[in-house]
Amino acid sequence: MRCQRCDKPATFHITELAGGSHVELHLCEDHAREYLTEASQGPATAASAAAALAQHMFQAMAVSQTAEELERLDQKTCPVCGISFYQFRTQGRFGCAHDYTAFRKELEPLLANIHGEIEHKGKRPTHSAKLSEKRTQLIRLRREMQEAIETENYERAGQLRDEIRRIESAT
Amino acid sequence: MTLDDLTKRRSEWLRGEGPECDIVISTRIRLARNLAEFPFISRASQPDRERIEETVRHAISQSSQFQNVLYLNLEELGGLDRQLLVERQLISREHAEGEGRRAVAIHPEERFSLMINEEDHLRIQVMKSGFDLTAAWELVDQIDAEIEKHVVYAFHEKWGHLTACPTNVGTGMRVSLMLHLPALVMTRQIEKVFRSLQKLSLAVRGLYGEGSQAMGDFYQISNQITLGLSEQELLRKLGDIIPVIVGYEREARNVLIRDSQENLHDRVSRAYGILRTAQTITSEETMHLLSSVRMGVNLGLIEDLEIPTLNDLFLQTQPAHLQKISGTEMDIQDRNIERARYLRRQLSKDRS
Repeated sequence: MRCQRCDKPATFHITELAGGSHVELHLCEDHAREYLTEASQGPATAASAAAALAQHMFQAMAVSQTAEELERLDQKTCPVCGISFYQFRTQGRFGCAHDYTAFRKELEPLLANIHGEIEHKGKRPTHSAKLSEKRTQLIRLRREMQEAIETENYERAGQLRDEIRRIESAT
Repeated sequence: MTLDDLTKRRSEWLRGEGPECDIVISTRIRLARNLAEFPFISRASQPDRERIEETVRHAISQSSQFQNVLYLNLEELGGLDRQLLVERQLISREHAEGEGRRAVAIHPEERFSLMINEEDHLRIQVMKSGFDLTAAWELVDQIDAEIEKHVVYAFHEKWGHLTACPTNVGTGMRVSLMLHLPALVMTRQIEKVFRSLQKLSLAVRGLYGEGSQAMGDFYQISNQITLGLSEQELLRKLGDIIPVIVGYEREARNVLIRDSQENLHDRVSRAYGILRTAQTITSEETMHLLSSVRMGVNLGLIEDLEIPTLNDLFLQTQPAHLQKISGTEMDIQDRNIERARYLRRQLSKDRS
């Protein structure tokens, strides 16, 4: 077999795969070298995490949401950290652990879209998930205590402080 | 131990030892963890960040395992020092360039690093030279358990470890293997490899960070999915595919040797020649040429050079390392001159 670009014998047989079709090339050493050192296109670069997430989100939500529903959904906020669904959707980052519970309904299709699964099968910490959720409530309690102090509602602040201490000492 | 001591040492992941180390440079595993009682980083106030950092620092101080770690507050470090840590892959670029209270704890031999207040409250990262998933997992698993004795992680019955970004939820685990694949690049089979990896939900990235073009034919392969598979299943997934890719690379090298040994030898020798004689050289060109030379050493085409020496040069010719070693801050042009001088000196030293 001869080189496809000159008369020398073809010693390189290259199969290019692109977009589902493949092209076979038979080249001599010189032309193969030329061909192979042409600027390679580089790896399919991984889009930034946030952009990829936005795409997942779009796919997961495009299924059923109308514009109105989406608008209503965007205003939903987490009672613990105060982040809105809109903030999560645009930043791609949650505000606290409770967001997973607060946005559960919207989140599950998204998780299924990203991971193909929605249930953890791996390692578990030695403490319980319940203890973890209780600790997360500290974020809300500390915030409320701060607000109570700012509005000079010291009785309420005292109650909150006691509740915070109770949770902090429980293990 | 101080930060400056790092430049005089060889990172664990560059030792050039371990299974398949001619092609698999390093194995790394990171776990993302958050403390249940604090908001995630995007919602954390400065006092929150300080309390998170203090809580993790306290947990670390409780265990003899972390006795000799180098603990660095990144707010107190200059830009060059932070860049040095990025080049050694002890912290991420985001962690280096972030704001507010954040820290890193580094094992003296760089077997692990703990990033505090990065995207998640805690990221535990373990590095091994070569292809060694089992050892890396055992260490990261153990560090995780040790820290968990003193903190309560954000964990949900159904979704596992809760992370700031839903792409990490569940195991919070990212397993990354860094591979040197020059022959697959030369024979233009690399795209094919990428496509098949993507079908397996594995991600491929260039050496320095996300989305960047691979430098010097180094590629990082990692799992994309973190939920629904156990750690063991994720490890197995990579454990099964990596030897296949290593096999392809070896096969491509054999073909190059068989069908165009002179050309290959020529390319490798020219690369070596430039590195030993250049008067000014960029870090990109250095990476590119060192990559050829590395393959040449592995194939026995260059006999007077050791892989660990080469691995060191990949790191020491990076901008921050170069400036740290020479003891002066330099602009790009001066760095290129200094880099060429450093390479000439190191490569002639090794020959004698």
